[in-house]
Amino acid sequence: MGILEVNQVYKYFGGVKANENISLSVEQGTIVGLIGPNGSGKTTLFNSIVGTHPIDKGSIKFEGKEVSELPIPVVAKLGLLRTFQQTRIYGKLDCIQNMLISHRHIEKGLLSVFAKIPEELNDKAEKLLKFVGLYQKRKLRAGDLSFGQQKLLELAMALMNEPKMLLLDEPTAGINPTLINGIIDRLIKVNKEFGITLLVIEHNMRVIMSLAQKIFCLAHGQMLAEGTPEQIKNNKHVIDAYLGAE
Amino acid sequence: MSRNKLIGYGLLLVFGLVAPFLFPAFKLQISIMWLLVVLSLTWDTQGGQMGYNSFGNIMFFGIGMYVCSSFHIGMFFSLAEWTEGGGEKTFLHTSLQYFQGLSVGLILSGIVPAIVAALIGYGILGLRGHYFAICTLGLGIAMGEIASGIELIGAGQGMTTPPWPKGIGGVELRSQFYYYLCFALMVITFLFLRWVYQTRFGLVLNAIRDNEDKAEAMGIHTMRYKITGWVISAFFLGIAGGLMGNMIGYIEPTEIAFAGASYGVFMVLMAILGGKGTLWGPVIGAIVFHIFKEGFWIFFLGWQYVALGLLIVLIVVFFPEGIMGWLREKFPERFGEVIDEADRKAQVELE
Repeated sequence: MGILEVNQVYKYFGGVKANENISLSVEQGTIVGLIGPNGSGKTTLFNSIVGTHPIDKGSIKFEGKEVSELPIPVVAKLGLLRTFQQTRIYGKLDCIQNMLISHRHIEKGLLSVFAKIPEELNDKAEKLLKFVGLYQKRKLRAGDLSFGQQKLLELAMALMNEPKMLLLDEPTAGINPTLINGIIDRLIKVNKEFGITLLVIEHNMRVIMSLAQKIFCLAHGQMLAEGTPEQIKNNKHVIDAYLGAE
Repeated sequence: MSRNKLIGYGLLLVFGLVAPFLFPAFKLQISIMWLLVVLSLTWDTQGGQMGYNSFGNIMFFGIGMYVCSSFHIGMFFSLAEWTEGGGEKTFLHTSLQYFQGLSVGLILSGIVPAIVAALIGYGILGLRGHYFAICTLGLGIAMGEIASGIELIGAGQGMTTPPWPKGIGGVELRSQFYYYLCFALMVITFLFLRWVYQTRFGLVLNAIRDNEDKAEAMGIHTMRYKITGWVISAFFLGIAGGLMGNMIGYIEPTEIAFAGASYGVFMVLMAILGGKGTLWGPVIGAIVFHIFKEGFWIFFLGWQYVALGLLIVLIVVFFPEGIMGWLREKFPERFGEVIDEADRKAQVELE
């Protein structure tokens, strides 16, 4: 059984069938890709998984636990984290603060939030900022960073939280081609060294083919194909969906 | 804390302690100034640090005012008879009663608004942006109208607060007593918030301001922190209200207690003038604002509201981020915004 099991999920927005009978399973420790044309329901599926909106039908299990009814912070605390397509960082805080607040906080009553932030967290934050290459700019406001750097910061923030599984929504969108290689390397490192399972939405075929061990393809809210990168590359339905043949 | 900072804090503390002797004529004005600092500091917890523009924080101020005096009186006399009889004509507190009642009243004037904030917080803090602002604005006004309908606390006619007890020094002692209470409240509020902003809680508030959805997605239960922040504000604001009522000596529901059009707006203005979202901004803003306003009151009577309007326009156009925000833009290095040149090498190695 996989770390994430999505089973026959339906999500309609009025008449729009955003997700219809979607099932997918992600094995622990793998990198899995999720592709599909624009508007095919990839981000909706992400939202359903982390609990942004309730699903109409079906079940979503994380580590064997049903999460489709849980609120967002609770799902995040279980170790299932997402990043956003439109990068979301805390613009007026500096990078270090962005990192510190992303640390997973184990609550021992409401008052524990008034404890001082421990020193060793600072070291951890700086180490991760070095990992994504932002150490030099750690004292700058996150909102002043370029878009690509904000994406890297968001990745570092997610790592700070030490999740078991990360859902990445287009991690390389809007990033210059030379930096993309750096991101691929880092994502592979994240997977290998930190042992974090990744589910990646990506439009850049080169990226997803070199990253993922298994790929799911959505189109019009339905699961179109699944398989290894080789199989997907040669799947006629996938090519039709992307190139628009009927 | 560095030595320079300690000296700075020390000097400010000494100034606050000797001010009533240096400027005896302005004692009441400086007392009000300290309360205004509390008002803008506590508003900034919502509007600046948490990003929730509340126009209804004045309700905690008013509740505190009424609670303080009600208990101050009610502990020893019948509150209904007091408000009906206009207070001082029929009843007099002895010195002991006065101070006993005042201490109980002041403590409750913090606790009751805090409880109110906790109770209504869950419903109201679910609203965001303009909806939150409008809702709190309505609440503040409604509170004033409700208070004008309750006979027990004098309804629209208002109520007098207990007069200073006879036989322990006159008006001079009274104003000194309240001056130091106000100053102490300001110092405690400032130190408390200064500490709070350094803890994880402060970062959580900032995270909610900058991107609440992200904060939730990262596993922060934002609602409980928003409520906690509001409770903290309400507590100090309530005590400030209790003190203000006693200093003025008379509580009127819509003009003094739930004075949305004056103090309710002032607290927002002061925080924005000084620079919201900073610790010192609201303090500086309140002091500048008060001196400006009272200066016009004295020297250009009749023009003070025109000047106030002009000030608002100037703030919005030239200092949208307030005095502190402007300073930060001019001298980012002083605020720790530096690019670490020494580590440029580390950056290159990673590529």
